[in-house]
Amino acid sequence: MERTWCKRLPAADLLIKGGRVVDPQEGIDAILDVRVHQGVVAEIGTDLAAGDGAPLVDAGERLVLPGFVDLHTHLRAPGREDEEDIASGTRAAAAGGYVAVFGMANTDPAIDTAAMLRGFADDASATALVPAGSYAAVTRGLAGQQLTEMGELGAAGAVGFSDDGMPLATAALVRRALQYVKVSGRYVAIHAQDESLFKGGQMHESPVSARLGLTGIPSLCESLDVSRALDIAEYEDAALHICHVSTAASLAAIARAKAAGVRVTAEATPHHLTLNDELIESLDPNLKMNPPLRAESDRRALVAALKSGLVDCVATDHAPHASEEKDVPFEEAPFGCIGLETAFSALYGDLVVGGALDLATLVRRMSSAPARIAGLEAPAVKVGAPANLCVIDPVAAWIPSRDTLRSRSCNSAWLGKTLTARVSLTLAAGRVAWDLNA
Amino acid sequence: MPKRDLISIADLSRADIDLLLDTAESFLPVLERDIKKVPTLRGRTIINLFWEASTRTSSSFDLAAKRLSADTLALRASGSAVEKGETLKDTAITLSAYSPDIIVMRHPSAGACQTLSANTEASVINAGDGKHQHPTQCLLDLFSMRQNLGRELDGLRVFIVGDILHSRVARSDIMGFLRLGMEVTLVAPPTLMPRGIEEMGVKVEYDLANLGDADVIYLLRIQQERIKAGANYLPSLREYAELYGMTKARLRPGQRVMHPGPINRGVEIASDIADDDENLIADQVFSGLAVRMAILYRTIVGYSDGAGHGEEL
Repeated sequence: MERTWCKRLPAADLLIKGGRVVDPQEGIDAILDVRVHQGVVAEIGTDLAAGDGAPLVDAGERLVLPGFVDLHTHLRAPGREDEEDIASGTRAAAAGGYVAVFGMANTDPAIDTAAMLRGFADDASATALVPAGSYAAVTRGLAGQQLTEMGELGAAGAVGFSDDGMPLATAALVRRALQYVKVSGRYVAIHAQDESLFKGGQMHESPVSARLGLTGIPSLCESLDVSRALDIAEYEDAALHICHVSTAASLAAIARAKAAGVRVTAEATPHHLTLNDELIESLDPNLKMNPPLRAESDRRALVAALKSGLVDCVATDHAPHASEEKDVPFEEAPFGCIGLETAFSALYGDLVVGGALDLATLVRRMSSAPARIAGLEAPAVKVGAPANLCVIDPVAAWIPSRDTLRSRSCNSAWLGKTLTARVSLTLAAGRVAWDLNA
Repeated sequence: MPKRDLISIADLSRADIDLLLDTAESFLPVLERDIKKVPTLRGRTIINLFWEASTRTSSSFDLAAKRLSADTLALRASGSAVEKGETLKDTAITLSAYSPDIIVMRHPSAGACQTLSANTEASVINAGDGKHQHPTQCLLDLFSMRQNLGRELDGLRVFIVGDILHSRVARSDIMGFLRLGMEVTLVAPPTLMPRGIEEMGVKVEYDLANLGDADVIYLLRIQQERIKAGANYLPSLREYAELYGMTKARLRPGQRVMHPGPINRGVEIASDIADDDENLIADQVFSGLAVRMAILYRTIVGYSDGAGHGEEL
């Protein structure tokens, strides 16, 4: 089943010398050379000879990791190509070490028919630097009324179904979606949000929102909707994925459901894992996202859940916005920040260097775990596997800016801040998708 | 000298506040002369941008600038390029071409002052942004207190009563009152009390049982829209008046009532208080002029004590 598509670039021939190869799936954490021949990992070992004239990549002091998979990207095409398109979004993905990304269906028009999805596939086949796939909408036009043709969409390669950006408004709709999605063999991914509690919300409801006078989005707004969806998924024995979990209360509900055997998976974003609501004091519109940055106690709970596997994977919720949309007062700005290029840097710098998470766990949560949910073969540094890997300088400092970011938009929560760790090379589907020095 | 904005009370140290209030006091004689004007800011340009309705704040900023001999320019949203969809960033760039020294702005959105400041060389003074801050109101409230209740405000007990949730005045006042060492109690219906506000260092109460403890009672306006169907902040203004409305019968002698205006007679304040000389409401308006003169002056000449405005008066 083809679920991702990308441009046919020339297959890579490279010898990556002396990097610290960390692939927890393969049980590797050692200084090794990796030979890639015709896009396939041909040999892994020490002191591999250069031979055959293939270019040499000096990976001394660098990490060589299986490439990352993003289950939650907004590629904005069709409709808002001024903010991002498949070419620019996958360029940003490659620069962040990603070897596969899945776009959400809330494009304009929405990806809600097999014809639309085939259009996406054609576009990705012509322009995507790394394999790109897509969700399909749960309801036509994301209008929350009529289900999409999930059978045909699943057969056309939809990774899953989501009205992300919008919650599914009623319990009846969640139930129908979770029943009918079974015809596709895929899953429903929900953006959990109780609309009646969200209304007018600007940031997490907390002492910070009280002090700033911004309308709060209570943690209840998410956890109530998560709990409802989990109950329905249990009742229907259906596959559910919870997008961008942000609160400790949602995590508690997911833990109960997993213990009860509910088929649920969950993702968390780099920004919710590393930032908190205190930062909103600056009223920087790039810190306005939905779900909002939560309390420090929520953030710590998310990190613990990522470590334990209660949260299955990292997903970026990469949400490009044009500068004229974000360069406005906080209260008028749209929600969302980009995240593909900064995900590993932010998580590695804050959580791994900070000691909260080990590198192998972070790699699993960014690579094999999301690949498994998507139904892809997990990227692996393994002889015979297609080259899906990245080389990272773990001590390189860099500053996300309009000049350094490859996304068409620059609404990063880390804009102008210094991050640690930079991806220097990405091989996706056996091709060089990103070379920092090129 | 780098430009200095006044966006939040949090931008001011206790020393800054004391200096501003002392400066305001030194301007009082000017306001009592026949010719109420000094040349202090002659040749300076001050732009007033009011994107939201205002009587007191806009008129007192305008008059304060004129009393200091600055050139002023007033713009409102209606009739300006805002109606044509111009962004705040572009308005800022456009007005900056006139090299203003100060832009005073009121805006419906929190964060607007940051957007403006990032796009102009002028100092930005916040005249109210969304429900966020209204720092000059807080400063004039402090000035009124100091002039009427004695210079030492430490330990003064203030009750702020009303719609805390939607009030930028409350947020600025809480910060300013606490910074000057007062004890602050908030009283509001639970629906109009922001969750977590007690972490600012205030007491939170849902009734007036302890009103007798207050030295000053600061009332906030209750807006009609809080009782709109579906909003459900309040079942009725009648019940609000019954539970929280301030009447003379509720006060003990010596308690002083303040209100940022405009008042709603019969809702948060009874006419027997509104018409009484004991309240500080009219004095607050008067204080607004001297305090805004002080803010404009200090923003331009600096917050250091040695800026020597005595000679310039």
